[in-house]
Order: sequence, then C-alpha cells, then structure tokens
Amino acid sequence: MKKSEVPQDKSNLESANFRELCYAVDENGEYTTAHTTGWDPKTIALDNAIEDIHQRIEDAKNRVQNNQTSPIEYYMEFHKMDLPILASYVGIWQWRVKRHFKPKVFHKLSNKILQKYADVFEITIDQLKNLQHAN
Amino acid sequence: MQINFTHHQSAHCENGVVSNLMKHHGFNVSEPMVFGIGSGLLFCYIPFLKVNHAPAITYRAMPGFIFKRFAKRVGIKIEREKFKDPKKAKAVLDENLNNNNPVGLQVGVYNLTYFPDEYRFHFNAHNLVVYGKTEDTYLISDPVMETVTTLTDKELEKVRFAKGALPPKGHIYYPTNFPKELDLEKAILKGIKHTCRDMLAPMPVLGVKGIRFTAKQIRKWPKKLGVKKANHYLGQIVRMQEEIGTGGGGFRYIFAAFLQESSKILNNPKLADLSKEMTQIGDLWRDFAVDASRIYKNRGAKADGYNEVASQLETIADKEEVFFKALKKAI
Repeated sequence: MKKSEVPQDKSNLESANFRELCYAVDENGEYTTAHTTGWDPKTIALDNAIEDIHQRIEDAKNRVQNNQTSPIEYYMEFHKMDLPILASYVGIWQWRVKRHFKPKVFHKLSNKILQKYADVFEITIDQLKNLQHAN
Repeated sequence: MQINFTHHQSAHCENGVVSNLMKHHGFNVSEPMVFGIGSGLLFCYIPFLKVNHAPAITYRAMPGFIFKRFAKRVGIKIEREKFKDPKKAKAVLDENLNNNNPVGLQVGVYNLTYFPDEYRFHFNAHNLVVYGKTEDTYLISDPVMETVTTLTDKELEKVRFAKGALPPKGHIYYPTNFPKELDLEKAILKGIKHTCRDMLAPMPVLGVKGIRFTAKQIRKWPKKLGVKKANHYLGQIVRMQEEIGTGGGGFRYIFAAFLQESSKILNNPKLADLSKEMTQIGDLWRDFAVDASRIYKNRGAKADGYNEVASQLETIADKEEVFFKALKKAI
C-alpha cells in the first residue's frame, strides 16, 4: 500500500477522536507509518457485528418477556458475553449458569447467587429480576 | 509521581509496548523489528475456538510469544509476575513506579474506558504501559492510542483482572537485564527462519495450508450455514485482518517493513526485493477484504461471490508459499 492510498474513510473511530496507525511505502519505496481514520470494508464488518449483537439482545429480551429464559441471559448478551465468559466472571460452572437461564430455576435462586450475577452486571438484584429497569 | 517516558503510537499493542520499553531503556528498536524478530507473522484457523460467535482466525502469533521470542533472541531478561490477589498486584505495580520503572501490563479490552464503545469486546490480550501515578489515577501509555491517557485505580484493577479466555491475572512484565549491545543480526535470522517454518508448516490449519483450508471452508459456508451466518463469519475474517493492531493487510505490511529494515542491517539486497513482494501480497489481502465486504454489504449475496473470494485466498496462499520458500533461501 502506498502512503497516498492509506484510506481516510468515515468510521466509528471518529466519534472518539482516534486514528489508527498503518504501515505504507512512501514515494521512494521506503516504509513509513501513516494515520488512518478508517476504512469502509472493516467499518461495514464492524457495523454488521454490532447489529448482530443488538439483535441478540433484542431476541433475548423477547424471550425473557415470553418466559422462555431468565434475565441472566439478557444481561449476558447486553454485556457482549457468551456462556464461557459469563461463567468465568461469576465463578460458576457453565452447566449451572445455563441452568440458571431457565425461568423456573431462576426464580428459586438464593440472594447469594443472584448477588454474584448482579455484581458482574453492576446492577442491583432488583434490576436483575426486573428487566424494566434495563435500558 | 511520573516517570519520564516517551509515548510512541504503534499499530499493534504488543510490539508497541516492547518497542516503547526498549526505547525507554536506550535501545532504539522499531515496531517492525520487534514483530519480525519475535516471529509475529502467522496465519491460523482455529475451528474449535469461537470468538464473537464465529470461528477464530489469527494473523499473528499467540499473545505474549512475540515478546518472549524477541527477548530471548536479542538477549534481554524479562521479569514477569501474575497474581491471584488484586491488592498484591497493585502493590507490585506501585513499587515499580516508585522505583522509576515503567512496566507493561496485560489487560482486557472490555472495560478500557478510553476505547470507543464499538471496540470494547471481551478480548484479554491487550497490552499497555503504566508510567506513573497521581493519587488514584494511573498514567497510561497505550501504544495503539495517539496520545497518553489515564485510568483510575478501580478501572485499572478491573481490566487487569478481566475474566474469560486468556485471563490476564494482573500480568505485569518489564525488562531487567540488557546486553551491552543488541545482537540484531543473529536475532533477525532466527526470527525469519522461524516465520518461514510456521508459514510452511505441514499442518492443515496453519500457515499457507491454513489459508487454503479457510478458502475451502468459505466455499462451504453459504450452503452449510445460510447467508446470514456466512456473512458474519466472513466479516469476522476481515475484522481479524484489519482491525486495530495489524497495521493493514493482516500484519503483512509490518512484516514487509521489517524485511526492508533488515536488508539494510544485514546488507542483503535480496531482502529488499522480498519486502516489495510482501507489500504486493499485502495489497492482495486488502483486495480480498474489499471484495469480501461487497458480499456482506448486500445481504442477499449469491453463492459465487463466496467462491470468488475463496479463489482470491487460494491465489494468496500460492504466492505466500513461493514467497516463504524464497525467503528461506535468501538468508
């Protein structure tokens, strides 16, 4: 890539006033670094990935409202986590966390366990039990 | 208290931390040099590991390996420590800062408050330097940022003890022992040889073979997974290749810069020619990203789009195979 061809497309970096460093060759064929504000192919990929996450969150919310899963799954998606990540944050085995997704099991959980989840999601137990508080 | 530390922005965090720490101790080592000597270049498709619900593909060596190999090859010693107890981790950090010693830390990205929201994923192998402290705020030199930044006590503890895959566990590291002069020449040769070995490895998911393997998978994706998931997977490849840290073209440009610098140090004009070739290969990776993005931009893409980008990857694999065989002979 030539230095003059380093892309300066609009991207999500702009909002944070942030430019990335790229390696490119100058007119004399020497390698140098150049700043880039973004590049469309990857901005589109990132936007798609974020949209995918939003869909997962929305989907989890609907399932909570239909009593198909517990709010834990919703908050997990909300924090861009998956099962292994959530399990390691709360320090509970994956199969148990998965079990806590069942609304029936969730309603019987002790405050001690609920507090563990609430701490990881940085909310109160009340907020954990009631999705209405979530934004 | 603040250590007199100069922040240089770099493309990739690990090279950047090493290069910045070396510069602080009076050794002018560039980012591509660290990357090349540490044999950072790679391609690997890890089918059993999922990142953001898509297969993991990496264009570089495992986190930590670059620094480890670099240190061994140029003959510096590194002190590293991991912790169970966050309080102890903090005490060791503060002690080093008091001794005027800037240190590298491994951290998780998700709670790095100075990152744009869209970039905060659960990725635990980010690196930064702490070079000072004022009351409860730490002074941070994050190599991928343009300027220095800060994190509070609490924020730093959170990112140092992030959980998930590759948890940092407060990992702290800094160079302790330096040789009088760095023996770059030998180190460069070792680094290049190792990279050639990795890229030409007789393993189905590694190096050149890994690129071909990925191409084969891409051909299968639209039928096997449906368009939506196939697009998500394809987007993930492009993100791994181009997202913050690769310097463009899946580290190929950084590697080309390393070869150019090495050709001068070793007085080997062949490496300069090969550097140009690597730049062209990097351009091919960029073309692949452009064409792949056309597919996932229009949701209702046709199957032959996938076949086309897969063929592009196969061309790249052929070129890289010829390239690394030539590189092996050139040194």
